[in-house]
Amino acid sequence: MAVTVNLTVNGAQHTVECEERTLLVQLLREHLGLTGTHVGCDTSQCGACVVHVDGESLKSCTMLAAQAEGANITTIEGLANGDELHPMQQAFHENHGLQCGFCTPGMIMSSVDLLKNNPTPSEQEIRHWLEGNICRCTGYHNIVKSIQACADKMKAA
Amino acid sequence: MTTGIGARVLRKEDRRFITGNGNYVDDINVNGQYYAAFVRSPHPHAEIGSVDIAGAKASDGVIEVLTGAEVAADEIGGLPVGWGITQTNGEPMVEPAWPILAQGRVRFVGDAVAVVIAKSIDAARDAAEMVNVSYTPIPAVIATEDAPKDGAPQVWDEAPGNTSFDWEIGDKAAADQAFEGAHHVTKLELVNQRLVPNAMEPRAAIAEFNSVSGDLTLHATAQAPHAIRLLLGAFVLQQPEHKFRVISPDVGGGFGSKIYPYAEYAVLCWAARRMGCAIKWTADRSESFITDAHGRDHVSEAELALDADGKFLGLRVNTVANMGAYLSAFGPLVPTFLYATLFAGQYTTPAIYAHVKAVFTNTTPVDAYRGAGRPEATFLLERIVEKAAKETGIDPADIRRRNFIQPDQFPYATPVALTYDSGEYGATLDKALALADYTGFAARRDQSKTSGKLRGIGFSLPIEATGAAPSAIAGQLGARAGLYESAEVRFNPTGSVTVFSGSHSHGQGHATTFAQVVSDQLGVPIENVEVVQGDTSNSQFGMGTYGSRSLSVGGSAIVRACDKILAKGRKIAAHILEASADDIEFVDGNFQVKGTDKAMNIAEVAFAAYVPHNYPLPTGDPAQDENALEPGLNEQAFFDPLNFNFPNGAYICEVEIDPDTGVVQIVDFSAVDDVGNIINPMIVEGQVHGGIAQGVGQALYEGAVYDKETGQLLSGSMMDYTLPRADNLPMIKTGTTETPCPFNPLGVKGCGEIGTIGATPAVINAIIDALGDYGVTDISMPATPEVVWRAMQEGRA
Amino acid sequence: MYSFEYEKAGSVDAASQAIKSDDEAKLLAGGMTYIPTLKQRLASPTKVIDLAGLGDLSGISVSGGTVTIGAMTRHAAVANSAEVQSAIPALAKLAGGIGDPQVRNRGTIGGSISNNDPAADYPAALVGLGATVKTNEREIAADDFFTGQFETALNEGEIVTSVSFPVPEKAGYMKFPNPASRYAIVGVFAAKTGDGTRVAVTGAGEAGVFRVAEMESALGSNWSADAVAGVSVGQGDLNSDIHASAEYRAHLVTVMAKRAVAEAG
Repeated sequence: MAVTVNLTVNGAQHTVECEERTLLVQLLREHLGLTGTHVGCDTSQCGACVVHVDGESLKSCTMLAAQAEGANITTIEGLANGDELHPMQQAFHENHGLQCGFCTPGMIMSSVDLLKNNPTPSEQEIRHWLEGNICRCTGYHNIVKSIQACADKMKAA
Repeated sequence: MTTGIGARVLRKEDRRFITGNGNYVDDINVNGQYYAAFVRSPHPHAEIGSVDIAGAKASDGVIEVLTGAEVAADEIGGLPVGWGITQTNGEPMVEPAWPILAQGRVRFVGDAVAVVIAKSIDAARDAAEMVNVSYTPIPAVIATEDAPKDGAPQVWDEAPGNTSFDWEIGDKAAADQAFEGAHHVTKLELVNQRLVPNAMEPRAAIAEFNSVSGDLTLHATAQAPHAIRLLLGAFVLQQPEHKFRVISPDVGGGFGSKIYPYAEYAVLCWAARRMGCAIKWTADRSESFITDAHGRDHVSEAELALDADGKFLGLRVNTVANMGAYLSAFGPLVPTFLYATLFAGQYTTPAIYAHVKAVFTNTTPVDAYRGAGRPEATFLLERIVEKAAKETGIDPADIRRRNFIQPDQFPYATPVALTYDSGEYGATLDKALALADYTGFAARRDQSKTSGKLRGIGFSLPIEATGAAPSAIAGQLGARAGLYESAEVRFNPTGSVTVFSGSHSHGQGHATTFAQVVSDQLGVPIENVEVVQGDTSNSQFGMGTYGSRSLSVGGSAIVRACDKILAKGRKIAAHILEASADDIEFVDGNFQVKGTDKAMNIAEVAFAAYVPHNYPLPTGDPAQDENALEPGLNEQAFFDPLNFNFPNGAYICEVEIDPDTGVVQIVDFSAVDDVGNIINPMIVEGQVHGGIAQGVGQALYEGAVYDKETGQLLSGSMMDYTLPRADNLPMIKTGTTETPCPFNPLGVKGCGEIGTIGATPAVINAIIDALGDYGVTDISMPATPEVVWRAMQEGRA
Repeated sequence: MYSFEYEKAGSVDAASQAIKSDDEAKLLAGGMTYIPTLKQRLASPTKVIDLAGLGDLSGISVSGGTVTIGAMTRHAAVANSAEVQSAIPALAKLAGGIGDPQVRNRGTIGGSISNNDPAADYPAALVGLGATVKTNEREIAADDFFTGQFETALNEGEIVTSVSFPVPEKAGYMKFPNPASRYAIVGVFAAKTGDGTRVAVTGAGEAGVFRVAEMESALGSNWSADAVAGVSVGQGDLNSDIHASAEYRAHLVTVMAKRAVAEAG
């Protein structure tokens, strides 16, 4: 059994044939080779798999690939503008917002969505927003700092 | 130089991670690879009858199904233990075999019975459900405290009383005597609960066998790739090391759980070799929960004897440590030499005695998890010290001050086998008190009270031994391997430097810190330095990254290799500059003739070494060749430290408790650490932040909960096992005291675990302080809202 | 996951027919519970019928003292709706506290109530406000809709199309979340409505959401946190698990009820 999924990922159109039971994250990782999106759990807690689907952050491990028919998807690989990092990527780098890097793609994609919804979040709002993203390395301190720094920079820009 | 030692250099490795270009094992695929799924025991303890694989083998896409019978037929060894403990009675520990697929009996829920190898992961999993194993369940022992009881089910016939070993350290008679004359004795019973490491990247592996060359390649999520090659190759697979390559690419966190040569890796290697193919396996999180080695799991009682001035006279500890169903690679080390040797803490307690009984249970094996033994020691000690302060009415900061080892006492030999290197414990505490505004606490407590909250403050003064190890000492204590580290510093002809290290970063930022060290030592711009790790085929034998050892041991090996580079470079420069080597000094990357402007940059020296046209090459005439040099500028070093190093700190936590619900919120956390000299403060702070989060996790949220009847891990998913989230933690205030360690050339101490070790008791002590009015003197971990609420109810009653 | 067929529903009727004709076919709304269930091989449907394409099932409207939310409306849409925030702020708050931001961008009210997880938030709002569930067949009062843990009054082939909430005089929702799963260990929805006072509890009961008559009558005569402070629920029918004992849950019901009433003002 198979299903054909047409979708746009990071600006490129793809037609993918896959099993119905394929998850969006599997389509991205295994069919398109976009391995920046990670799988850290099987119960939708960790957020390592967060991508943007039609402009909103979602957990790509909790969506069937077939449900992404016609969708416009941005993954961590599509966030930078060529060599120019997205301000959130730059902020994570400048504030040591990552260690092992495994949660980082989901963390950054989620954070970008936060600032889209709330360009000037308080520390508490940032921490609350991140409830769907688990990091085991940083203690979140520098992740929160990264997001604050990005928000400040984008506000100033 | 802004990129050398002490500089806040941004990480060189970041870009690939923030752009989604990291390369973790599950991101790798090998042409034609098959996929493995394991059939695991649903029972904690059962006899295996028949294993019917017919249905699975006939299932779509299935290539092979293998069981313990094939493992036995192929004479594949059991998983090795890397550290042996000699018991008090002189006998070796009981060390049962751990076959890579169960044979005859399963001993914990998750024990692997068979493996299905198929063309897709779904096909493998579909078929794994068709393997029909007939089990005859037998009684199981689950809880640590139940294991030694008379009549408890026996996990191993060869381990009566479920005892792997009974071990002691310290002078019992001296300790007993200290208690006889004591003015006050504080007693404590505690449980250091079992934890599940939960690195964010689940374990994964790909084994690939080339039937033509006989080369076996294993990609694995490994903190110590060389050690895995050694242990699996020599003890399990009989695969010679020169035909066995282990590659550990980017690793998504480890915290100890990725040190060990797991059964899955061995099965994949064996099956790939047997079948002549490549096989991939990635754990899902549920599988990780039951198969990654767990941490902690001690049940202890302790007594502290004090004199009338609050000086500690003696400490006695009795601990039962749960090993799980099998001895994991370093499991026996954790509750012995990583634990009871730390009971002096930062104090001059003259008489210490500890007795440890390690027991088997029908649970997932336990091994080193961030801190490994040292958190258990510090938790026990800092809890009993704080309790003693409360009981004697001495301020908790003051009681510690009265007992500190003083700066002029180093090197300081404790009564439990260690010799501390350096420290200014009082100064560190003072800094923490200032950072935490200790004097303002009373006012803050009052303010919390007006908003209906209970505020408490708690101290913890951790110390640990890191930088394993002096190999000779480790060997005397039971280590079955050396514990040095290796490095190769290779100048490339055009002046850039490639550094090969036997350490392996899994988030610690070695690519940056090690490059800083090299840049500093050799005067080469940091962007011209590349650090290579994690592949046994391109780096010399190394022992890997764990126990906060990478910089002090691996970094020191790099320094030693740099020393050799400079020594040779000086001779090359002397030749070209026509000076005596003794007259050459090395300043800011240049070899120069003292007192002249004649100089060569080290890159020019490297070029000359690789293009040796004007170079002291050997002539073949011994008379002329006294100062001859080989071409090239490429040096190796192995560093085996003279001693451990002893990071220490002062941690102060403030909590607010909602008395209606028992919810604890950490409102302030101050951590001052002495990790010796600091190469990159940004990275040290990050390690401390993350360490603290895991320590807070143990104090407030995390705990592996087994059903004592069924042996099922009830907290077996992230929906049931609480990992700290962003809104569980505050911003963390950090500070440092720097007393260099004299036992390594960088003067550094480990920074990877101190946060975890220090945080847990600080949080618990703060909770107990907040509940003082309720008469609460102890609380179990994790201190969930219900635990706190119950303590308040019971205290009130 | 086990293998299954996937089908996008062309209409509610077609979806209804599809599940009537195949016992093992299942509807998929937001999938926030069902996809993890599939991933863990705890369900093996023959066919998954996705309701996502049915635009007429999603949307929010407020008229005549009623807030109507289409079954496929995402939690985030409810949480961020200015209309809901103004008409029933407690409902917007409840929706904004479900799961996490990514779950809220995907999970739906229809999916949540049809699944009737005993720790889900929405059932408390429906029962606490006396909402009406509209299906492709009929209207069902919230009090009759939730019939037990993971059980509802829905017939075979019956599909929730929308939920109508009467706008209360005041309402509050207070949740004590499970720190790992973010489901409710206890959630209490308290409302003062034209038809009287309602207190609904989720997370605590073995059979799912339930009302607390004693609290309702106490609040009926005195709408204040103090009025419920002395009222406790029996532990007999409450959940006890590794996250909280029945005794603690019973205690939390009272605490959360007080706070919900206080928040309602």
